[in-house]
Amino acid sequence: MGPTEKAPNSTWVIGFIISVAALTFGVFCIIYSIWVGIGSWNLNRTIGWGWDITNFVWWVGIGHAGTLISAILLLFRQKWRTGVNRAAEAMTIFAVMCAGLFPLIHMGRIWLAIFIFPYPNTRGPLWVNFNSPLLWDVFAISTYFTVSVLFWYTGLVPDFATVRDRAKGVRKKIYNFLSFGWTGSAKHWQRWESLSLILAGIATPLVLSVHTIVSFDFATSVIPGWHTTIFPPYFVAGAIFSGFAMVLTLMLIARKLLSLEEYITIAHIESMNKVILLTGNIVGVAYLTELFIAWYSVYTYEQFAFYNRAAGIYWWSYFGMMACNVISPQIFWVKKFRRSSFVTFFMSFFFNIGRRFERFVIIATTLARDYLPSSWSYYVPTWVEIGIFIGTGGLFFTLFLLFTRVAPVVAVAEIKSILKTSGDQYIGPKASHHHADKAKVEETSH
Amino acid sequence: MATATHNEVLFGLYDDEEILMDAVKEANAQHLTIMDVYTPFPVHGLDPLLGLKESRLHIAGFIYGSIGTMTAFGVMTWIFTRDWPIIFGGKPYWSVPSFIPITFELTVLFAAIGMVVTFYTVCGLGPGVTNPTLDDRITDDKFCIAFRTNNSSEEEISSLRSFFDRTGASFINTKTI
Repeated sequence: MGPTEKAPNSTWVIGFIISVAALTFGVFCIIYSIWVGIGSWNLNRTIGWGWDITNFVWWVGIGHAGTLISAILLLFRQKWRTGVNRAAEAMTIFAVMCAGLFPLIHMGRIWLAIFIFPYPNTRGPLWVNFNSPLLWDVFAISTYFTVSVLFWYTGLVPDFATVRDRAKGVRKKIYNFLSFGWTGSAKHWQRWESLSLILAGIATPLVLSVHTIVSFDFATSVIPGWHTTIFPPYFVAGAIFSGFAMVLTLMLIARKLLSLEEYITIAHIESMNKVILLTGNIVGVAYLTELFIAWYSVYTYEQFAFYNRAAGIYWWSYFGMMACNVISPQIFWVKKFRRSSFVTFFMSFFFNIGRRFERFVIIATTLARDYLPSSWSYYVPTWVEIGIFIGTGGLFFTLFLLFTRVAPVVAVAEIKSILKTSGDQYIGPKASHHHADKAKVEETSH
Repeated sequence: MATATHNEVLFGLYDDEEILMDAVKEANAQHLTIMDVYTPFPVHGLDPLLGLKESRLHIAGFIYGSIGTMTAFGVMTWIFTRDWPIIFGGKPYWSVPSFIPITFELTVLFAAIGMVVTFYTVCGLGPGVTNPTLDDRITDDKFCIAFRTNNSSEEEISSLRSFFDRTGASFINTKTI
């Protein structure tokens, strides 16, 4: 609660200025590409998807950890999640916002984006193609975003009420509005718990469905290297991997900036590193399975696609992908590294980069060498595309930094219910036992 | 619920949820009618003591979800078989497997939005709503039992006060909400 009540420290201000600068540059690049058209990107007839869709898939993947932590771990009754779930959910929402930008900008004529929704129109009515995975994406991403926001905000309401009751003046009015008039009535809590549990229950298949559908964008095509049935589980595992990597990056920053070492402990970091290790190995197995199946298929185009990925013009990105996603997580077999926040922070960058390599390998490498050698091509992003990517990074961090100022970054009510507060005045055998916990709660709320 | 206007309320604050639970049990034993209990976090085991029935939100959620399923599947079926049938890739007009993803997504979307809207509506919460609160510490670390004392006699009020004293309330007060 502290960070919402104090003036920001200088590290926050510096971080915020950098983020806003990146965001401004990104906005400029977006306006530029809308103004002159997406000819300002290096996409061509062969390579229709480049950094834009790479970034889209990357950001969506990052979003997945938030829902995974908040929903799936809630269902599994993993108590450690309470320290990190609020921030992870916020990260989900911001990441999905960044992701959603890319398909929109890629449309070129962004003002016609409403055409992707099926509504009675003056064009026939001509409907959208419900058989297309790209349209499934529209529904998946918008549903995912909406459900994440609802889940996150419902969790925030009691905490906003806590801030409200500690605040005065204008802040009290603002937080009163945000808290929706929450009182803490027993019946409300009962319904709130019921709602949280059901939202978690439906968010769990939802989060799995989202990246499954994103993978369908590729898997339902007839392009060698994309047309594989392994894509849905492989993408979901990859999404969890990249999401946790980003959670680690952000949490380790937030932990330092806001002095939350008490709440986001080394045990949290270790748990997340274990998930990283597991999902890193799952994607490793998926890469090898793809190679094996390509060889085993005795299908020339498939074999070429994978040979080209590993040893073609983009060999460096395949190498980067393997090194960052499969080899580097192996360091976490060692408990000492798993429990080191410095090593974790350092490694989390590798993982984040590795995820972008993977998406780039899948998208650009495959498209650069299609069936016709005459249309083979090479793709490097222009400054506009890079600028938009930097801009989404700026958007993400700007929103996240603002969030740390406005809302409690740890789920206060949930932490309290886990710590089981005990009163100082209560004279009994439990009083001294709970005393340490009580002190912790005091710290949370003051 | 604290929605009726101008209730005279006598309330006591407790420091710990276990003392609160004991107090609620005591109140039940003495047949005192508790108006409401306010806590900083969900206290498990409190609901049966207060005679609260299990929330029916999940039933509502199921109904909303079903509406979502039928809407999505029905609309896609109508569009692709009646309104504007188009052949995509030589597949039948009514290609059920490719309707599944959107049907699933809308099921989840309808269930989630429906349940959240229902939750805030039945709880009387929402943007711009200001519910009177008894004490600022309730959302921090105090547990509150409230009695309605609109038509209570002096005698009844003093017996409630002695109830709070006996059960270990750390703070007792009255408020009109």
